[in-house]
Amino acid sequence: MSQTLFVVIEHLRGQVAEISYVMLAAARQLAKSAGGDVVAVLLGQNAQELAASLAADRVLYMEDASLAEFTSDAYQAALAALIKEHNPRVVLFGHSSLGMDIASGLSAKLGLPVISSCRSFSTDGKFICQICGGKIMAEGEIPAPTALITMVPGGYKSELGRSTQAPPVTPIAAPALDGLRVSVKNYIEPEAGDVDIAKEAVLVSVGRGIQTKDNLDLANELAGALGAAVSASRPVVDQGWLPTSRLVGKSGKRVKPKIYLALGISGAPEHVEGMSDSQVIIAINTDPNAPIFNVAKFGSTIDMFDLVPALTEKVKSAK
Amino acid sequence: MKIIVPVKFVPDLVEELTIDSSGVTLDTAWLRLIINEFDDHAVEQAILLKERGGGQVIVSTVESEGADDFLFTAAAKGADQLIKLTGDFAGVNNHALARAYSGLLKELNPDLVLTGVQAHNDLDGSLGPLLAEFLGMPYVGYVSGLTLADGAVVVRKEYPGGLIAEVEVKLPAVLGIQAAEQPPRYIAYSKIRQVMGTAKVEERPVTGLDLEGGVTVSRMFQPEAAERATMLEGDANAVADRILAIFKEAGAL
Amino acid sequence: MPIRETFWNIPHWAEIAQYILAAVTIFVFLYGVGRRILRWRKGRPEKRTSQFWKRIRSAIVQVVVQRRTLEETYPGIMHFTIFWGMLVLAFGTALATVDWDVTHLFFGFQILTGWVYILFELALDILGLLVIVGLGMAIYRRYVTRPVRLQNFPVKGLAGDDLYVLLMLSFIAISGYLTEGLRLAVTQPDWAVWSPVGQLIAGAFLALGDPNNQTLHLAIWILHILTAFIILISLPFTKLFHIFSVPLNIFFRSLEPVGALPPARSDVGPGVKEWRQFTWKQLLDFESCTRCGRCQDVCPAFAGAGVLSPRDLMVKLEAHLWERNGRSLHGDVISNEELWACTTCRACSQVCPAFIDHIATFVDMRRFLVDQGSMDSTLQTALVNLGRYGNSFGQSDRMRAKWTANLQPPVKDARREPVEYLWFVGDYASYSPTLSDVTRKTCEVFQKAGLNFGILFDAERNSGNDVRRVGEEGIFEMLAEKNMQALSKCKFETIVTTDPHTYNTLKNEYSFNGNGRPQILHYTELLTRLIASGQLKFSRKLDYTVTYHDPCYLGRYNGIYDAPRNVLRATGCTQVEMPRHGDRGFCCGAGGGRIWMEEKPGKERPSEIRIREAAALEGVQTFVVACPKDVTMFRDAVKTTGNENRLQVKELMELVHEAL
Repeated sequence: MSQTLFVVIEHLRGQVAEISYVMLAAARQLAKSAGGDVVAVLLGQNAQELAASLAADRVLYMEDASLAEFTSDAYQAALAALIKEHNPRVVLFGHSSLGMDIASGLSAKLGLPVISSCRSFSTDGKFICQICGGKIMAEGEIPAPTALITMVPGGYKSELGRSTQAPPVTPIAAPALDGLRVSVKNYIEPEAGDVDIAKEAVLVSVGRGIQTKDNLDLANELAGALGAAVSASRPVVDQGWLPTSRLVGKSGKRVKPKIYLALGISGAPEHVEGMSDSQVIIAINTDPNAPIFNVAKFGSTIDMFDLVPALTEKVKSAK
Repeated sequence: MKIIVPVKFVPDLVEELTIDSSGVTLDTAWLRLIINEFDDHAVEQAILLKERGGGQVIVSTVESEGADDFLFTAAAKGADQLIKLTGDFAGVNNHALARAYSGLLKELNPDLVLTGVQAHNDLDGSLGPLLAEFLGMPYVGYVSGLTLADGAVVVRKEYPGGLIAEVEVKLPAVLGIQAAEQPPRYIAYSKIRQVMGTAKVEERPVTGLDLEGGVTVSRMFQPEAAERATMLEGDANAVADRILAIFKEAGAL
Repeated sequence: MPIRETFWNIPHWAEIAQYILAAVTIFVFLYGVGRRILRWRKGRPEKRTSQFWKRIRSAIVQVVVQRRTLEETYPGIMHFTIFWGMLVLAFGTALATVDWDVTHLFFGFQILTGWVYILFELALDILGLLVIVGLGMAIYRRYVTRPVRLQNFPVKGLAGDDLYVLLMLSFIAISGYLTEGLRLAVTQPDWAVWSPVGQLIAGAFLALGDPNNQTLHLAIWILHILTAFIILISLPFTKLFHIFSVPLNIFFRSLEPVGALPPARSDVGPGVKEWRQFTWKQLLDFESCTRCGRCQDVCPAFAGAGVLSPRDLMVKLEAHLWERNGRSLHGDVISNEELWACTTCRACSQVCPAFIDHIATFVDMRRFLVDQGSMDSTLQTALVNLGRYGNSFGQSDRMRAKWTANLQPPVKDARREPVEYLWFVGDYASYSPTLSDVTRKTCEVFQKAGLNFGILFDAERNSGNDVRRVGEEGIFEMLAEKNMQALSKCKFETIVTTDPHTYNTLKNEYSFNGNGRPQILHYTELLTRLIASGQLKFSRKLDYTVTYHDPCYLGRYNGIYDAPRNVLRATGCTQVEMPRHGDRGFCCGAGGGRIWMEEKPGKERPSEIRIREAAALEGVQTFVVACPKDVTMFRDAVKTTGNENRLQVKELMELVHEAL
């Protein structure tokens, strides 16, 4: 009996999260080197259709009213039972608000090792984790017999995790889920911004390097001249200088514009997650060691306060 | 309401990070430790809760560079009790840390445990959920705000895309703080110095770390950029010209 | 025989009434003054009685010669004439009282007889005329010209106070002349010609042929006396009180170097939370303000974003001392925004004729804000970085000397070997990528001059000057301690620094733990010496036409105006002064921690205003600065005002380097 590679599918409000496809792509690659079946684990209520796009060998679908919304204790209890029964080789979780709530808990509960921030697997089946703001990579053998792994995006294209052929779905019974202490009361949608940055073709994105709220005017002017929108990384949104609707990154939006102009953004993984699929990334940062230069196609260490006005001028006269 | 905030210290990324000669861990010679940013938010959130509804805030850390300064700063913000776990914490991982803390927490019997949702040097999971499991408490992470209800808390849990879920968690519980309701407040240096004279740090020795559940690293390295960006040279005008050309080529102008 | 006929035409009852009213007046007056003094004493104690004779001298010079008031011609002359005129007239009245009620009454003779009386009459007549001229100038200025600094007071009733004073003084002067004229019209003494103005008026009355001159005389005399008493009674309750408070304020002013801020008081917590925590001298400051507004005119924060007016702060603080409505000092009376807007450039105190120390009050209130954590997030980040890394950039202290990498010959490490000059580089010169070029050039200049110099490398910390002025006394002390510790381990003769802020605090505020302060030089002072001694020679003459911007902390704070100009001259540059130069230099807006704070949107930034001032000078192509923060601020302002093709900003050291 070949080993199984579990992928815990993350879904919210009827949508499968991007990270799930990334994990499936990772699992498929791992299956090639280490062997095994890629098994997607889908928990929920009336959520079977979500299985259709998953590039898995098969899908285990567990339905229960308590699993309708994601809650840490219901999912954790359900998965604990599943893992104990099937003893998969690995269980992949997203390094996210869903996955991180349950992976470590399961590790303690089941006495299994947990590896976090895994970005990819090597061709010889080792895990490669990305830590310390993306500055350090850690590699190692996946411990036997079962390892829990939380994954960050960036190592695999999510398309490789999608499938046009729906995999076979096996319904499984949920264990008794009582004594639950966590329940979802309601959801709050993000404030509808004036602009949906995910639909823009060109984004002028600002980071900590913009320094003050007033300097946003520079970015606004450039964006205006380009017919683009202004987006931002977390530090700018945390200060309240731009609404969360403009946030690009892990907790914000994922964008794929034609051009992503990153001004004063260091390139922390949480941000890169949100824009790495852009066609052309141009990064401006005075720090030559900024990680953003590893993602960008073009870069310059010129001071953005020198560049942006000059660029705005040229764009205006070019139009 | 008894709130405990266990924290951890992480490498300060402002400094240059290097791998030591063993090749599997960070070189401690040039390493400086700084409070995990999310733990700083956890302390702030705890203080806010105390200011709103009364209660007791206990802040706990392990022996480390900067630990005392941090504890005294927390006291200056309003923390009631400061506890430092002492011992040899070389090579500690989150599992060992969680076990060490759970002993202390079981004794203190808190209503609420707040800790940072993650730390950038986490390799074996994060402290919060591990602690929750050892204590037998529920855990919710990515919390950016909370209100107390009867025997429970209602938290704002952050999801991608700016979506928020309001989740009710029965107490006692462990919460992973993503952001406090307001940024960590500033404490004037003179206040911290003043507190150093009056506040006491309780030391609790910890013997023997149980690293079970951790991760074995066979190689640690700095990422070689697969493709590094083509750097544009010249002054502002030259670079602007080049960028303009890139825009035109991409059909964005 | 000329003699003063005191109380001519005045009936006995009026004479008696006058004395009674005088007694009442004196009583109320003393009550008013006493009430004010008691209020000052509610402030915290402070010793200000050192160097007694120096204080007396300075008060006398300022009061008699009105030196500072005369720094502005029109208002200066206006005030000088009113002051001296009224003073002499008042003295004259006092003399007349003594003449009648003492010497005549008790000793049977009068002083004011013969030529003494003639001179007396002439002097008073002429000075009275000056008073009227002065008052005319004042009324014209205040109500016709209407300068900005006399408008829009933040407290109600002050414009009324101003009007009251001018009206009353005018009435006194005019009624005085009328009384005299009427008397002369009736008595027509031979010596009337010595009261020229009075005689003129007398002529007018005679021409009118008024037989009731005596009645009119009595009526106007009564009004004149009443006005005088009203002025005196109201003096402690109106603007006129400055006659007392200002000389006192000048006497009690700080004789410490202006660059040394008073330390934070530890007894009642840092900073000032409510007005009783100010010292009595600070309360006296508030009460000495005459609302002249000169400070507002020179304030860069007022000219820029318009958030702060030092005049308004003083006016509000003074009113607050007497309020009974429970308003709190912070928030209700003075906003956080106002306090954070100050660049601590000292232009206000430099021009204040009452010698008010605005900066000490602002910093004391800022200390409270810091204690409360009430500051914007960018300032908070800067302070956290300063506390943790010893620099405001948030970069590792190990990166401080990165600019020295690959320099040949290598820069000496003053921690390891003895040097003659210890160069305290400063944060901006070390960490700012735009300035590393200037820093390296400085190094080369020192080397070419054959100086034996070294730096502290990683042991150097921000000197703390601006940290102190932001109000974070704790971090300042910590930084100063670390710097002094590092310095104590080194062997050197002189400290030289390229940053005026560093210069100021090292020279005036570092205690050097009682080991004696080493000689501290700004590089312009050092270069002046080297040029004079021939150690530094220039191989070429630069033919730029330049204008030099006096850094606040070099100029106003430490009086160094000539050294940089000498150096400029030596390089061959032709210098043109901006209108506001020397101790009137206009601040770039970065000081007082403002460079670490968010900018409020305003009409213009101070740096932009300054660049426009320079750009208006014909033929000037280069704007020369002697402070690293100035380089940053002005290069930015040249761009934002669109003057890139008109002006270039150069650090003085760059020109020196070019001329080598």
